[in-house]
Amino acid sequence: MIRLNNIHKSYEMGSNSLHVLKGIDLTIEQGDFVSIMGSSGSGKSTLLNILGMLDNYDKGTYHLSGNLIANMSEKKAAKYRNDMVGFVFQSFNLISFKNAMENVALPLYYKGVPRKKRNLIAMEYLEKLGLKEWANHMPSEMSGGQKQRVAIARALISEPKIILADEPTGALDTATSYEVMEILKDINAAGITVIIVTHEHDIAAMTSQIIRLKDGRIHEIIRNGELKQFQKSYMKELETA
Amino acid sequence: MFDIDKWQEILATIKKNKMRTFLTGFSVAWGIFMLMILLGSGNGLSNGVAANFMNDAVNAMWIWQGETTIPYEGMKTGRPIQFRNQDQEIVQKVSGVGASSGRYFMGNTRYSYLKESGEYTTITCQPELREVENLILNEGRFINQIDILQNRKVVVIGADIKTALFKDSVALGEYVNINMVPFKVVGICTEPGSTRNRNAYMPLSTAQMIFNGSNRLHNLALTINASTLEESQAIEEQIRTALGKRHKFDPKDEGAIGLYNKLENYIQTMKIFQAIKIFIWIIGIGTLIAGIVGVSNIMLIVVKERTKEIGIRKAIGASPSSVIGLILLESIMITTIAGYIGLVLGTGLMEMINYFMMQSAGPATDQSETIFLNPTVDINIAIYSTLLLIIAGAIAGYIPAKRAASIKPIVALRDE
Repeated sequence: MIRLNNIHKSYEMGSNSLHVLKGIDLTIEQGDFVSIMGSSGSGKSTLLNILGMLDNYDKGTYHLSGNLIANMSEKKAAKYRNDMVGFVFQSFNLISFKNAMENVALPLYYKGVPRKKRNLIAMEYLEKLGLKEWANHMPSEMSGGQKQRVAIARALISEPKIILADEPTGALDTATSYEVMEILKDINAAGITVIIVTHEHDIAAMTSQIIRLKDGRIHEIIRNGELKQFQKSYMKELETA
Repeated sequence: MFDIDKWQEILATIKKNKMRTFLTGFSVAWGIFMLMILLGSGNGLSNGVAANFMNDAVNAMWIWQGETTIPYEGMKTGRPIQFRNQDQEIVQKVSGVGASSGRYFMGNTRYSYLKESGEYTTITCQPELREVENLILNEGRFINQIDILQNRKVVVIGADIKTALFKDSVALGEYVNINMVPFKVVGICTEPGSTRNRNAYMPLSTAQMIFNGSNRLHNLALTINASTLEESQAIEEQIRTALGKRHKFDPKDEGAIGLYNKLENYIQTMKIFQAIKIFIWIIGIGTLIAGIVGVSNIMLIVVKERTKEIGIRKAIGASPSSVIGLILLESIMITTIAGYIGLVLGTGLMEMINYFMMQSAGPATDQSETIFLNPTVDINIAIYSTLLLIIAGAIAGYIPAKRAASIKPIVALRDE
């Protein structure tokens, strides 16, 4: 599904350049539920941006569903994003002057779906996420959890293969965070690859694979038995807290 | 392009920022409004002056006699030139001369009818004078060729003379005494562009015979067929040369004969108005450019404000061209609608001024001097202006739209 081979990325910061990713090799299969962890500056958001075709990489190869993603025109990148990827952000990034339904329907607008049809589909997704009554509310009238659910609905509406979530629970309290994670789990159960960036261990513990980044390299990948151990320790931590 | 969704997107943003949109639109509306008022006023002034020229034939020319001021062929200066009937024939032969009439001045002449009498100017002339001076006949006819040939004692009197001598009774066919000689009134006329109609017109041949004129003339009035300044000046020069040959004066001698070429003045005045028109366009377009820069400026701020929104749109699949379209169409829509309002208000105001001017001037417009007439903008200019507005909107929106398209979603979505 996703194959990264020796990905390098550096940012020009005035005269000196900042080498953020120093050779990432990574394979993520269809249907995986992956979290990317790491301290700030470890390159986790950069990695997610490259995965979501929001940013270019300098060296290496990135294959998405067998297609090499490199040096694409903006137009093509926009098309790929629209078809393959759904984004969920920490700060929700809903369009403030559109109501929930219009926000959810927006990706279909760029797909060229007629207005009536896309609003109908948007309503379906809102219903799935339990927000049917909130369809005509503006983002400013909703709570953080509701906003994030609208954002997830928007990410899902174009039926992507991957959901990329950048700190999806970063702005939410614990209870709401868990609700959102439950939703993401359900999505994953439906066969969609979900990749989230987080720095919260308890959130990471809910995924099936944890990729730890350190200084632009993959430090460790926790899965299977080790994951159980990881989950245990952090679940306990939660319970005591 | 015609995509309801796109327009709804644009309308939504405009609705959300009413004040900003209003201020943006106002600068453009004001620009167009001023342009229309300037153009309308310019047209009014130009039309008014052109109408004044029309009081006489635009291509009229008058020649009068003078004294030589340059020694010529051994003759000293100060020699008076006396026009004779032959001079008219000479002038008539010059190519480019249309109608011509010789005139013999009789000075003040006493007109009397029954108990009424008064002093009026008598202009003795040939039938062609009517064409030169654009005389309007209220009743009867003008002097004709048969009057000239038969030396008929007939006269065409100005409307004021008729009122003074005849009051309300019929003048046509009556005999009026001019310097004690009875003349039959054959016509009553008015002069365009004058409030005084105190001139009477008499056949030249009759006047010369009765009032001791011999074959002398004082003045020649004629029309010329020329469309450019150069042509009319060439005709003028030919006339000077022809008359100079006969009266033996230097064709360059400005004093020997006086010459007023109306066409030359007309063409020069119209050139001035052309220049004024160009000037008005420059000022108007300058005002408009200020408006466009205003729109462009505000659209840049709009793009800045909407950076995040545009980033979101791009992240969920908006192509650069759809982002450009969004900003460009908004800019075009604001400029076009606002500009159109300015256009309608501007032309409306000028039409209103025109309407009230017509009302207050009333039926006397033919008779009065005016320097302001029909101050309106014709429909072509309005159409061009509308096109100009759409282009202006596109230009105003282009740079901001380009900037919007180059927004990188990751930069836009970075959390502050």
